[in-house]
Amino acid sequence: MKIEEREKQSNKAMIRDCILLGATLIVAATILLIFPNRVDIVTTTSWDYFLEMMMILPAVMVVMGLFTVWVSKETVVKYLGKTSGIKGIFLALLFGTLPTGPLYVAFPMASSLIKKGARISNIVIFLSAWACIKIPQEMVELQFLGPKFMVARLVLTIIFVTFMGVFIERMIGWSDKKTSNLTGGENGASI
Amino acid sequence: MNPTIIFTNLFALGCLILAFTKDRTKTKQSVKVAVKTFIRILPPVLIIIIVIGLLLGFVLPSEISKVIGEQSGFGGVLLIAILGAILHIQAFISFPLAGSLLKSGASISAVAAFITTLTTVGTATLPLEMKELGKKIALLRNGISFIIAIVIALIMGVIL
Repeated sequence: MKIEEREKQSNKAMIRDCILLGATLIVAATILLIFPNRVDIVTTTSWDYFLEMMMILPAVMVVMGLFTVWVSKETVVKYLGKTSGIKGIFLALLFGTLPTGPLYVAFPMASSLIKKGARISNIVIFLSAWACIKIPQEMVELQFLGPKFMVARLVLTIIFVTFMGVFIERMIGWSDKKTSNLTGGENGASI
Repeated sequence: MNPTIIFTNLFALGCLILAFTKDRTKTKQSVKVAVKTFIRILPPVLIIIIVIGLLLGFVLPSEISKVIGEQSGFGGVLLIAILGAILHIQAFISFPLAGSLLKSGASISAVAAFITTLTTVGTATLPLEMKELGKKIALLRNGISFIIAIVIALIMGVIL
């Protein structure tokens, strides 16, 4: 039932994207009819990018498909739920880079991680790694922005995301302690 | 054919062969997922390719550079970071767009800010994130991610 629903939604999105593609084609054709001297540069540019994408995307999709089937959501939740410390941070980064799919797929996983009592720092790091340093994504970044750009952004992102995870955990812990102290005090008084 | 394309295809082929020797049914399933995802991503890919063609064919590099180039300074970086936080474009297709912007006059900082906020800050998915993770974590994560994206972008502008 759930899978059917997801398929339906994905079909809907596919139809929407195809309509958008049609509209883009019509707009582009109209613009080029008005400015025929630009036809050459626009078509060669688009064709070059098309070739580049077609040479790299199938390989990227294969890697993505393998990760999706081999690394299940259950595995990620199982391992991330019980590890902490440096190992937890490392694992959160690693798991974030493996699976694929948009960020909203990761939210329910993160939510079940919270329920399992996983460290908030690990959850935030996992989400951020999922969002911006997935391996298949990095392959496309390498192709279009070059090795220097990709490596610099990757290293900086890992450093800052780790700090952010620890920082958010401290902030949440601090505000939770404040509220639990308050309620704890009330309980103590009533007993 | 450039080294990246060759490396990526060899890497994928290697993974595929390794997977096939371990578990055939799982590998077949993976290929199915790959084909499905590829078909699914094709329309947006074609749209972005047309947009890049029009962008490079009609907008002069000097104009792009004025808005998000070196001389636009911090304002340009901030502008494109906000744009990246609002827009909901898949990362896969944002890289060729970012690459074309970089080639035609955008600064490294601006492009880095765009990609980073595009992937980490999700204005469109914020309501869902707040529901699943709670308001506090979701707002903190998105807010801090935005600031981090700008810091990363500025550092990259200095070192590259």
